[in-house]
Amino acid sequence: MSIVDEVESRHASARDGGEVIYRHRVATRLTHWTWAIALFFLLLSGLQIFNAHPTLYIGKQSGFEFDNSVLSMRPMRNADGSVDGYTTVLGQRFKTTGLFGMSGSAENPSYRGFPAWATLPSYQDLATGRVIHFFFAWLFAAAFLTWFFSSLLSGHIRRDILPSLDDIKSLPRSIGDHLRFRFHRESRYNGLQKLTYAAVLLLIFPLIILTGLAMSPGMNAAWPWFLDLFGGRQTARSIHFICMALLVVFFIVHVVMIVAAGPFNEMRSILTGWYRTDPEKKEEHGA
Amino acid sequence: MSPLAINRRRFLTLAGVAASTVPLSGCDALDGFLSNQSPVRDVLASANGLTYRAHRILIGADTLAPEFSESEIRQGQRPNGSTDPSEPEYLALKDKTFADYRLTIGGLVEKPVSFSLAELRNMPARAQVTRHDCVEGWSCIAKWTGVPLSAVLDEVKVKPEARFVVFHCFDKMNLGLSGAVPYYESIDLIDARHPQTILAYGCNDQALPVANGAPLRVRIERQLGYKMAKYIKGIELVSTLAPFGSGKGGFWEDLGYEWYAGI
Repeated sequence: MSIVDEVESRHASARDGGEVIYRHRVATRLTHWTWAIALFFLLLSGLQIFNAHPTLYIGKQSGFEFDNSVLSMRPMRNADGSVDGYTTVLGQRFKTTGLFGMSGSAENPSYRGFPAWATLPSYQDLATGRVIHFFFAWLFAAAFLTWFFSSLLSGHIRRDILPSLDDIKSLPRSIGDHLRFRFHRESRYNGLQKLTYAAVLLLIFPLIILTGLAMSPGMNAAWPWFLDLFGGRQTARSIHFICMALLVVFFIVHVVMIVAAGPFNEMRSILTGWYRTDPEKKEEHGA
Repeated sequence: MSPLAINRRRFLTLAGVAASTVPLSGCDALDGFLSNQSPVRDVLASANGLTYRAHRILIGADTLAPEFSESEIRQGQRPNGSTDPSEPEYLALKDKTFADYRLTIGGLVEKPVSFSLAELRNMPARAQVTRHDCVEGWSCIAKWTGVPLSAVLDEVKVKPEARFVVFHCFDKMNLGLSGAVPYYESIDLIDARHPQTILAYGCNDQALPVANGAPLRVRIERQLGYKMAKYIKGIELVSTLAPFGSGKGGFWEDLGYEWYAGI
């Protein structure tokens, strides 16, 4: 072993310290990556579908002769004759040229809700957007149902996902630690992790699947009560969109946390299952 | 720690990081796989067949689409697609407020016939307040009045080999360089026989406006708007959709939209 290797190895063990444990079973890793791939395509094709009618409403129908819109991304003409992209949220209007409502270059502007880089295909093609969306919707829902029922039976949800009373009690400390990027690498998820995963897996995932189904006129015939549950097809469409936005926020925080907590260790654990925990410290040593 | 472990860890991490940045390199990178001729698109589109079969298992043949109260009609029916056909044949009929209009029904039937608008109005009628869902994402509630398609099919006696109902329309859709092609649509016999599938001649208690498909349009309440052909000229019962347009069963289907639009 060369000097350099030795130094690096020592550095690594000092940094990683603790025991390497088997943290994620193969089922967890498989569903994680199935969801990651499916959600990537669902997001970009979903924005393509949204662009076909970039306005969201509350209620059973879309108001053309009355106003029940809650969000809209459209190009509008200014008083001086120029055109800008505007995003209207609950009656508040924001100029969002370049991002929402109007994007592309100054010479060749594109009038569309989300910009080309955020949609699949990049050009406007609702039919293909739907083809992609429904393929990955089947994949996503199948992975979710498999995960949900097997995790319910195996106790994974109760043991690892649902926060315990102790987890709730330690939540303020857990939040404080996360905000300071102070991570405790343990075999189990901490309270904030459990709460976040519970919200994503047991709330947002089912909700985004169910509101998706509630937009299907065929399913509306089969389960009309479903529409009442969400307050009408257009409300379901808005909830579907909000779930998407929440998942995007989750994804960003998720990736930031992985980078902050140590991308090597985190990536290894979700790819191979093996995770290096913090060394057990009986007493704190000064630096 | 052995060098192997370090390498393996590095490899996995780099692979993971690399895999997660590929999609970020720009969505147009994937456009080539998604054109209408691409085999990748065909594989993805096979999920639509799954949806169709799942819906046929899950949704009873006669299960009704939700109906609404008249108080929920809060606006006129929003028109879409062709709203004012300019084909001479159509204009001539429109000039006489469709007095000379005849709906022809042929193909795989025992008794091909044609009906005038007055004859259709004298057949048993059905009125329903339903929600029209456009593939674009919007919805609009309106009241539709018409004759159930099943009643018309009973008159002509459908032959057992018929599998689809094709609607031929007066309006042509412009396809740019390749010129204009007539709108057409098709459904299976389950939707054709569905109690809410009507040939509508009335909308919101008035004669069907030109913008909404006068003199006759079909309502297929468990599918999206593009299935509900407007300006219907004739109905044909067929065993295959191959001879029409590009063979996909409808104008929008030929352009890549799914034939079963219950989703």
